[in-house]
Amino acid sequence: MEFVVITMAKIAVMLGVLLTVVAYTVWLERKVCAWMQDRVGPNRVGPFGLLQPLADGLKMMLKEDVLPRHITDKALYTLGPLMAMVPALVTAGAIPWGSQLPLFGRQIQCVVANLNAAVLVVFATSSFAVYGIVLAGWASNSKYPFLGGVRSSAQMISYEVCLALSVVPVFMQIGSLSLCHMVEYQTHHTWMIFMPWQWPSFLIFIISAFAETNRTPFDLPEAEQELVAGYNTEYSSMKFSMFFLGEYAAMFVMSAMMVTLFFGGWSLPFAPFNRPATTLWIGLAHVAIFLAKILVFLFLYIWIRWTIPRVRYDQLMALGWKIFIPLTIVNIVFVGIVLALWGGR
Amino acid sequence: MTFLDTLFWFLSIAMLLSGVGVIASRSPVTSAMFLVMLFVFMAGLFALLEAFFLAAIQVLVYAGAVMVLFLFVIMLLDVRASQQRRVKLLAVFGGVAVAGALAWELILILQQPVRPLAGSDTNLHGGLEAVVKPLFANYMLPFEVTALLLLVAMVGVVLLSKRDME
Amino acid sequence: MLVQRPKLTFWERLYLPQVLQGLWQTLSHIPRKKFTRQYPEEKPPLYGKYRGAPELVRDPDGRVKCVACQLCEFVCPPKAIRVVPGFRKEGASDASVEKEPSDFIINMNRCIFCGFCEEVCPEEAIFLLRDFSVSGYSREEMQFHKDKLLELGGVREDKIQKWKNK
Repeated sequence: MEFVVITMAKIAVMLGVLLTVVAYTVWLERKVCAWMQDRVGPNRVGPFGLLQPLADGLKMMLKEDVLPRHITDKALYTLGPLMAMVPALVTAGAIPWGSQLPLFGRQIQCVVANLNAAVLVVFATSSFAVYGIVLAGWASNSKYPFLGGVRSSAQMISYEVCLALSVVPVFMQIGSLSLCHMVEYQTHHTWMIFMPWQWPSFLIFIISAFAETNRTPFDLPEAEQELVAGYNTEYSSMKFSMFFLGEYAAMFVMSAMMVTLFFGGWSLPFAPFNRPATTLWIGLAHVAIFLAKILVFLFLYIWIRWTIPRVRYDQLMALGWKIFIPLTIVNIVFVGIVLALWGGR
Repeated sequence: MTFLDTLFWFLSIAMLLSGVGVIASRSPVTSAMFLVMLFVFMAGLFALLEAFFLAAIQVLVYAGAVMVLFLFVIMLLDVRASQQRRVKLLAVFGGVAVAGALAWELILILQQPVRPLAGSDTNLHGGLEAVVKPLFANYMLPFEVTALLLLVAMVGVVLLSKRDME
Repeated sequence: MLVQRPKLTFWERLYLPQVLQGLWQTLSHIPRKKFTRQYPEEKPPLYGKYRGAPELVRDPDGRVKCVACQLCEFVCPPKAIRVVPGFRKEGASDASVEKEPSDFIINMNRCIFCGFCEEVCPEEAIFLLRDFSVSGYSREEMQFHKDKLLELGGVREDKIQKWKNK
């Protein structure tokens, strides 16, 4: 009973923090984009436009939910946005947000589900996001969403393979699939990013993550110039905003994965941040460090979006299948040799 | 009935219902989505057995990749033709015969007493080692031969698909 | 024509140096001076011959210049102007002009700010002046009538007073 209550509380807090961060990522995106284009960005609602996410959310909720007449399969049409958002929120449950919080005489682990195969669970649930896009494209029953759906299904399947294969060297070094173990290992040794033989893995992982979350330069499913708005063309009101939230939540989760796998999760390489927290304040500081690191990656996502133009579809597929997949396999063998010779464990 | 028992019954019934959904729904896309649900509930059952690795792989491979490819193919086909299909008598008889045979087999298996797996460990480590050890230690040769078979099949597909171009 | 594709060097084909260069370019723009004008508080500068909304003007003696010839109504491409002709007051100083508009309606929803009315006007009575932000809460409100147009236009300080001494 106690377990259920604590877990429920954890889920509630996690979702609250996640959705707040996601809402402010949208704000950050608009601000950073504006700055890069010598503009000011949202600055009317609240100081520095900080209440803009609230205003946006309110606007989305008050908008009319249009159901175009040509949509025959309402159930699948409604399922689309749900499938786009829910997997990303579920995935966040497997990621350690901090070490532990000593609260009410208990040590509360800062992870909703401390799974042994957490990495696989993250990949498995995040692979569900493709259904949202594919179903939206199909159920919309019109050509541009359909093309967007077809594109994204091919794209996401291709890059899922790269994504999973690119982090195999990390598992090989740590010898576990648990994300908590990964952070623990990095607190004892050094962050993965400081080990030069893990650099190719990181590079491939980060590029595949961009493709997996459909962000520029790989945002082919919603290429405005060709496909109007891609898979979400026929959606309005809350259903549209669920796609929107889903995209940013997926970005958040992918950033969290990068932080956890390569940048030491909640830890910093000096005391008292390199071992599980003993007081509540250090525990909270760990969560703050984790969120700060994620923020850096979210900024990277935004930065790249407003810098690099979209790639062509054949370039995208060629990059995935002809370059990344062979490269990841070579990388696994290479890191295997390195670990065997110098005994990385 | 404990919490886990409730969960077991919920997952099993939901799984059976979505299985019925797969064959009962007219639209192939709906069928495919029911199949995805079935895989997810099945993964839930694996997770109840603390085989998290198997559960994750179940979702990752079947629900995440195979079914997306299925959907991809269904979408590119003409769906209307299959929505208007008629029920054929022969197919019904064949289906009933196969289902009956399967049910009979299942009853035979269930009649035998339940015994634990030989050498089963209470700590499965998420089922990772339980799955991987036999594959890479005990049954290395069959595993590699299967991999080779898949490679042959893949090369064959490429060959067949390229023949039209000449 | 055959476009010669330039031969790329290894670093160019790797694409990453260019990406980094682009990233530096966008990053360097973040602290730069912003060009945004905070509009409602900060109005844009209007230059000499700015053409805003069409408005009616009076001559320096305060008389309505328009003689209700309806040429502007005729030339208006989106048919936004409607002139209701009427007569000037008997015994007034400008009675010799005979005609004046009893109402002059410009539908600002339709006006395209082309300036044809200004060009065609034989009396130089209608000008595109400096109001660019014409807005209202209803369609009714956007029908600008004679009084409003005259008020917006004000007095035109020039020597052209064709009817003064006739």
